[in-house]
Amino acid sequence: MKKMHIELTINGKQVETLAEPRELLIHVLRERLGLTGPHIGCETSHCGACTVDLNGKSVKSCTIFAAQANGATITTIEGIAGPDGMHVLQNSFREHHGLQCGFCTPGMITRAWRLLQENPTPTEEDVRFGMAGNLCRCTGYQNIVKAILAAASELNSAKEAAQ
Amino acid sequence: MITNAFEYYRPKSVAEALKILGEHEGEARVVAGGHSLIPMMKLRMAQISHLVDLQDVSGLKGITVSDRIVIGAMTTQAELLASRELAAAAPLMLEAALQIADPQVRNMGTIGGNVANGDPGNDMPGLMQCLDASFTLVGPDGSRDVKARDFYQAAYFTSRTDDEILVAISFEHPKGGYAYEKQKRKIGDYATAAAAVQITAAGGMVSAASVAMTNLSDVPVWSAASGAALVGTTCGPDAVKAAVEAMLKDINPGEDNRGPVAFKRQVAAVVLGRAIARAWSRV
Amino acid sequence: MNDQTPTHDERVAGLKGLGSSRKRVEDARFTQGKGNYVDDIKMAGMVYGDFVRSQYAHARIKSVDSTAAKAVPGVIAVLLAADLAPLGLHWMPTLAGDKQMVLADGKVLFQGQEIAFVVAEDKYALADALELVVVDYEELPVVVDPFKAMLPDAPVLREDLAGQTKGAHGERVHHNHIFRWELGDKPAVEAVVADADVVAEEMVYYHRTHPCPLETCGCVASMDKINGKLTLWGTFQAPHVVRTVASLLSGIPESNIRVVSPDIGGGFGNKVGVYPGYICSIVASIVTGRPVKWIEDRMDNLMATAFARDYWMDGKIAATKEGKITGLWCHVTADHGAFDACADPTKFPAGFFNICTGSYDIPVAWLGVDGVYTNKAPGGVAYRCSFRVTEAAYFIERMIEVLAIKLNMDAAELRRINFIRKDQFPYNSALGWEYDSGDYHTAWDKALKAVNYDALRAEQTQRVADFKAGKTRSLMGIGLSFFTEIVGAGPIKNCDILGMGMFDSCEIRIHPTGSALARLGTISQGQGHATTFAQILATEIGIPADQIVIEEGDTDTAPYGLGTYGSRSTPVAGAATALAGRKIRAKAQMIAAYLLEVHDNDLEWDVDRFVVKGVPERFKTMKEIAYASYHQAIPGLEPGLEAVSYYDPPNMTYPFGAYICVMDIDADTGVADIRSFYALDDCGTRINPMIIEGQVHGGATEAFAIAMGQEIAYDEMGNNKSATLMDFFIPTAWETPHYTTDHTVTPSPHHPIGAKGVGESPNVGGVPAFSNAVHDAFRPFGLTQSHMPHDHWRIWRIAEQLGLHG
Repeated sequence: MKKMHIELTINGKQVETLAEPRELLIHVLRERLGLTGPHIGCETSHCGACTVDLNGKSVKSCTIFAAQANGATITTIEGIAGPDGMHVLQNSFREHHGLQCGFCTPGMITRAWRLLQENPTPTEEDVRFGMAGNLCRCTGYQNIVKAILAAASELNSAKEAAQ
Repeated sequence: MITNAFEYYRPKSVAEALKILGEHEGEARVVAGGHSLIPMMKLRMAQISHLVDLQDVSGLKGITVSDRIVIGAMTTQAELLASRELAAAAPLMLEAALQIADPQVRNMGTIGGNVANGDPGNDMPGLMQCLDASFTLVGPDGSRDVKARDFYQAAYFTSRTDDEILVAISFEHPKGGYAYEKQKRKIGDYATAAAAVQITAAGGMVSAASVAMTNLSDVPVWSAASGAALVGTTCGPDAVKAAVEAMLKDINPGEDNRGPVAFKRQVAAVVLGRAIARAWSRV
Repeated sequence: MNDQTPTHDERVAGLKGLGSSRKRVEDARFTQGKGNYVDDIKMAGMVYGDFVRSQYAHARIKSVDSTAAKAVPGVIAVLLAADLAPLGLHWMPTLAGDKQMVLADGKVLFQGQEIAFVVAEDKYALADALELVVVDYEELPVVVDPFKAMLPDAPVLREDLAGQTKGAHGERVHHNHIFRWELGDKPAVEAVVADADVVAEEMVYYHRTHPCPLETCGCVASMDKINGKLTLWGTFQAPHVVRTVASLLSGIPESNIRVVSPDIGGGFGNKVGVYPGYICSIVASIVTGRPVKWIEDRMDNLMATAFARDYWMDGKIAATKEGKITGLWCHVTADHGAFDACADPTKFPAGFFNICTGSYDIPVAWLGVDGVYTNKAPGGVAYRCSFRVTEAAYFIERMIEVLAIKLNMDAAELRRINFIRKDQFPYNSALGWEYDSGDYHTAWDKALKAVNYDALRAEQTQRVADFKAGKTRSLMGIGLSFFTEIVGAGPIKNCDILGMGMFDSCEIRIHPTGSALARLGTISQGQGHATTFAQILATEIGIPADQIVIEEGDTDTAPYGLGTYGSRSTPVAGAATALAGRKIRAKAQMIAAYLLEVHDNDLEWDVDRFVVKGVPERFKTMKEIAYASYHQAIPGLEPGLEAVSYYDPPNMTYPFGAYICVMDIDADTGVADIRSFYALDDCGTRINPMIIEGQVHGGATEAFAIAMGQEIAYDEMGNNKSATLMDFFIPTAWETPHYTTDHTVTPSPHHPIGAKGVGESPNVGGVPAFSNAVHDAFRPFGLTQSHMPHDHWRIWRIAEQLGLHG
């Protein structure tokens, strides 16, 4: 099958590649663009290990053809940290032991990163509901929830201090 | 899991999309959010040679609340949830959309895809029947409207023909109390049983009621008899019992991993009872 | 000169050693998407392999036509059993003493079985080619029920074993029989049961489930034909065992095989075994001369690799009318599927199931286990538990509840009456184990008090009254569980895998500037070994954990070890680490003595230094000693500071705990809401409390899933009904309960640092807690036993059968 020319803005950089229309976004990210942070866990849009941010929304990149994403702006786990080092969420996951094997972590943090932009002051219930598209087999979620709530609070304090 | 190879199209207009469908009759399909279709393609249960992506087609997105409520087919579940106007005009939609899938899937899944796919597990078809919505289909011969209550024929079979595209959904402003009650095994699962209820009252009595059930047959079930059983009552225990009994005559659940038929019938009865109570409390 | 400024406490804190909730060193890479999992590996010239799998559970393969598949552009090879046969690789040995088809040899025995291995330039050509391999099947009668499999006229599943009346574990009594394993004093138990005041009898089923780590299994095999070296990267919980097996099967010298476990995305027992994908990838790499990657998808994973449990446990428990247990009888029908591929130490075909006397002082017991073949996927792995221990714990914790019902006694009190007392340790159980240490009564009392047990019972009594009065449709269950684990496999006298003793190892190098490298034979799959092993070592050798690098998983560099599963890393490799550290310290003491010009015995160890007794200002720090060891000629000592320890544990360790779950159940819909879950764990010495707590949360969540809905289900035709994450229950953050953790500390007397291991306790103890809560809710209405999983419809069915739906 003929390959398509695909252009994306990923983690602030413009990239282009050729891909068959049937190539899934997760495969193009991982195999053509070398972004192996997002993972493949279930392939049926249940586990969320493949979560990336597409045009400002969390999506499961195992259930999107790269062709559909052509022209989009994408953020993956590799683009979450800033020039000054790790994002508050990344530190918070470490501080609160919100990860074990690390396989779900990129999708988990990428989703949490968007969740805290959608709702900067979530309750525990909001976090559990907002993170329900991401499965974890190791942590039982308790420390993930704790890490996200702590990050929210830290981000809000920083925002207040800046004002 | 990799799909078969296909040609990909991203038309800008309905006319252009229809043309592609016409050129590849029987081998082409439109894709909206893709969260029903793409898993089927990955399992190779759906083999499509020409995939027509509707994301750039103008006029298919957005929510208009005026005389009627009109929702573009490409409006995502997340956009339904984000619309304050819709939440005010049809709060049933909000209550239901929150119970569909998970955040990421709601960001991609569209109302058009959800209603047009004909998957008995989807929540929106029953909801649309409850609201007596109409689906606007555009085909080579022009546009036609089909009532949601007439649209579903069997699992994955609807009255939409292969050369038609569902472009919008519309319904009158719902009145009165509402509820969407769903039992599922976990977030991301289809309903074991779900009930959509809309009730209006006059003079302390039910003046009209609409009841629709999800995943309890190979099509969504709008139970006219169940709604009728509530009319003229105050939704007391006897009325609810009658409505539930009427509903049970209309559903035809099958056994699956969620449980046997008798269980599903009982859960259907419970979720409908709860939905009626909540809707009545909101009248 | 020496720096005396930091105080003793500051120096202890600076080490981040034992007992510190040290943050994990692994996390920086995982949180930034820089983990290195097997599917992240990309090599020049790498090709892809995948299987054509059987649609049927039992069928003869009449022919396989791969002509069309081979014609797909990019397809390199299609391997069939006939291609592997000349190499003797169409079958492979299992870890349990059986053999397993690598590719279908004449017939298939379960749905999803591997038939052909297709290799292609890219995964797209590969996927297209898989569709085009035509398999001509002749369907055969299917057996999915182990009891039906043992009927005289049952279909013969394993034709390859025709006429073999002996298996790896003794006599086979039927064509679908694998083994019988018996322990204990049968006549004595039968006599006790015959004479007892009370006997409770029950069949307890622990259903088939699956470890389902978020990362599936996979590998990359690369045969370098120029230097004859095979490198295999993969999801291996036991890389050295894989190397040995690969060498035995392929004939390549072990020195020319390198096995690497990169980061592993969860294991839970799924990644202990050797799977056909590994063998086929190696063969394909040898044939093509190119690196071959095989990564199973989720459906493959749930259908073909490594199920767990599927134990039918028939029990009789005898007691006096006061509730003192006098004997236990247990017969297990163990469904192993098509091949006995369970990951058990081979000396015990039912693993450590003989821990089934639990935490109780039971004078006599008998255990019989019959392993049976069925047309289901092969395996029987230890899903987050020591081999078959979760089955044993579930069995005894159900039998205790059933006995409590029979005695009309409170189940908490019945446990208390029967616990092994503190003064009975070390305790020799009726089925042959020597429990190392325990204080069950203290733990139990602490747990009951923490949850306010008496108030819960009062509330439950009121709830039952309200239910009977028609005021509520909700019932309340209090799930009690007291478990004793047996982990740390294990002493060579007890345990081996394919004849290899289950020791483990640690090798330490102290660098001249005082930092260190330690390598172990284990492999982390999320347990945080790089963090905790450094803590053990920090305390032993006085070098801060932050300056100790831990390496695992590369057989070219790591010392030989048996891997990570069965909560064995801390008990075995942790001990090896401590002992290697002590060797370092012993040499360091000699160096310090030389430098300080005193006798060895005049020195004492103080956190990170040797100090001259009674002269606190005269000392040498480990940093100084390390430098000296490389830079100064010391009479009678070799230069350098390195040590190796191979540790064969003298005994297993026996962590224990008390778990209590409270749930509310809707009798009409079967929906169970977990109100609270309290987990008290005693894992001996606590190395890193933060990590322990994380392990408990995770294991309890797996227990929640297993008890409340997770299963590998088959229909009568042997079709797997639960091969996607839609149907295979993995709870989200929304359904998962909140956990309250607690602990007591009873160190292991035989472990160098007293640690016992914890990773699997919450699964072992959690499953009975959840399940007992469901049973307890219905106990007032006459329920004695209902099999897991307790998903909505099965809970509804309990209520239906008890007549609670009116």
